Amino acid sequence: MSDKPIKRKMEETEEGTTLFNVPFPTELTPEALQSLKQMAPIIVKDPYSITYIHSYGQDSPWFAGLANKVLLGSRQPETGYTYATPRGHDMYTGKENDWVVLPQEGKVHAFTVCHFGSESFLPETPFVLVLVEFEGANTLLLGRMIGVDPNDASLDWIGMKVKAKFRRLSKFKPTDVYFVPAEA
Amino acid sequence: MRTVYAVAGGVSKFTKARPDKTFPALVKEAYDYMLNDIGLEHPRFYEIVDGSVVSYFSDHFARQLMAGIMVQDYLGLLPKPSHRVEGGGATGGLCFQEAYKAVASGDMDVALAMGFETMSHVNTWKGNEFIALASDTSFDYPVGGFYSGYYAMMVTRHMKEFGTTVEQLAHVSVKNHMNAYYNPYSQKRRRLTIEDVRNAPMVAWPLTRLDICVMSDGAAVVLLASEEGLAKLEKAAGKSLPKVKVAAIGRGTDAMRMSDRPHQSYEDFYRYNALPNEMDADSRAYYKELWDRGFRYPGVHSFRAGRMASKQAYERAGITNPIEEIDFVELHDAYTSSEIQTYEDMGLCRYGEGGPFAASGKAFMPTVDYGLDLPEKSKVPVNPSGGLIACGHPVGATGLMQAVFAIWQLQHRIKDHFGNDTLQVPNARRGAIHSHAGTGTYVTVSILEREE
Repeated sequence: MSDKPIKRKMEETEEGTTLFNVPFPTELTPEALQSLKQMAPIIVKDPYSITYIHSYGQDSPWFAGLANKVLLGSRQPETGYTYATPRGHDMYTGKENDWVVLPQEGKVHAFTVCHFGSESFLPETPFVLVLVEFEGANTLLLGRMIGVDPNDASLDWIGMKVKAKFRRLSKFKPTDVYFVPAEA
Repeated sequence: MRTVYAVAGGVSKFTKARPDKTFPALVKEAYDYMLNDIGLEHPRFYEIVDGSVVSYFSDHFARQLMAGIMVQDYLGLLPKPSHRVEGGGATGGLCFQEAYKAVASGDMDVALAMGFETMSHVNTWKGNEFIALASDTSFDYPVGGFYSGYYAMMVTRHMKEFGTTVEQLAHVSVKNHMNAYYNPYSQKRRRLTIEDVRNAPMVAWPLTRLDICVMSDGAAVVLLASEEGLAKLEKAAGKSLPKVKVAAIGRGTDAMRMSDRPHQSYEDFYRYNALPNEMDADSRAYYKELWDRGFRYPGVHSFRAGRMASKQAYERAGITNPIEEIDFVELHDAYTSSEIQTYEDMGLCRYGEGGPFAASGKAFMPTVDYGLDLPEKSKVPVNPSGGLIACGHPVGATGLMQAVFAIWQLQHRIKDHFGNDTLQVPNARRGAIHSHAGTGTYVTVSILEREE
């Protein structure tokens, strides 16, 4: 027995039937033309796909770091304010930041388990999102966490020590780094 | 700045899908409702109106660039001035404020703010993808872009930081769905229990499907005017129109990436972010204790943009104690949790007190039976209309929908528009509307007042 509620609704899908024509008045009298206002809407499907040529620009070294098992952050050299994300310029001084190496261990600051998601991530549900805090950094980093049971979510996960792991075959995406419980 | 009146408004019925109409025709529905309410026909109104601002959030949903001009065109407002405004979930609130500025500055005497969204053009999961494109597409979106997930992370932090409970969140869902029961324009009119909310399918732990607003098709229109503009409208309509004025607007922003939000000190909070009603010794001691326990501001549990928008609007409207001086609030409850976070940002309670506040009864309508045992009496009804959770959230229209409902509240004419006066806030004299984008990136707060 599962404690999940029993479904009472058939899943809706979007395969429709192709219509090559629809009924239309044969005599185009004023009444017939008026009756067109009662017609059901005609709905068509338009696929749309694009390949973007997207540059990471000044943030590129961060992705190169992940490909080489290095987690970079950004630091304002004068104030020491440190972002756990790539950021070319500091939001307080307006000056250029330097790259710094972040520790590969941190703590879970906040988390969720996504049981649904955007279309592109639906096949990966349930997945765990975490905001990670690092010693020496003033801000957080968003990432995925694996190695916990997504059906056993608990506030106790907050504060948990996690360590960074890296994909061996880089995709040059922020998911090239992910987090696992440090004690596992 | 000149005095600006919020003269009238109209909304289309918000619903999952409106395949019977194109988006310009949907806006026309709201526009005609507004015209009918002030008793003018289009050709006469056209002679008076100076221009418009049109808002819709997503070029992806619309799959039509320059959709704003298509609304201006279809409604027959050519060749008058118009522009489009966009800012995520706050699109409608920004639109309202841009039209306000047009009138306050003297650029226009009569301005329309019109907004719409047609989210049914794609299925829900693709829609979630489109919405998630309003997070940083280099760093946030690819990790698992899903707004409910982002907000759920704020919830777990809020729970950990302050002891907020999922039952407290569920109170917001019960309240707003129940309020919507009496609002014929709303999308989801349901009597729920706390258990119903908790037993609904889990979307992003701990938020269930009934903690989260739905996708909608809908449009809303608001008419703003200067004193001269109002006089022209009254002359043309041959009658006196109810006087609701926009007392103030406020706006704030915060980091696009939630992870980049600062974690400020107690001193900086008091220097930059505290409201007048938090300046007393008791509040200072309360906050000092929070900071001693590790609280940092805004972190991911609080919306600095919402606080700064409130602070600016309150200062301009002369509000020093919002819970005593505002009669109702229509705020951006895309999530039950964001309503609770927003109570705190708007100073209806202190940071950390949002959970108990939600379950106290203070934000409930005095006239509605919720089937809940509420310890306190209604103080400042929040989302008397049903909010986004129950009315729906056709993004570009949402902030304007709030304005329309607030105008009707302050005109004391809810009965005329809803067909019953259950949701009429008794003696409503001053209301606040709050529109919110991203993970708290753009927030607008506008204060509306009844003028006797």
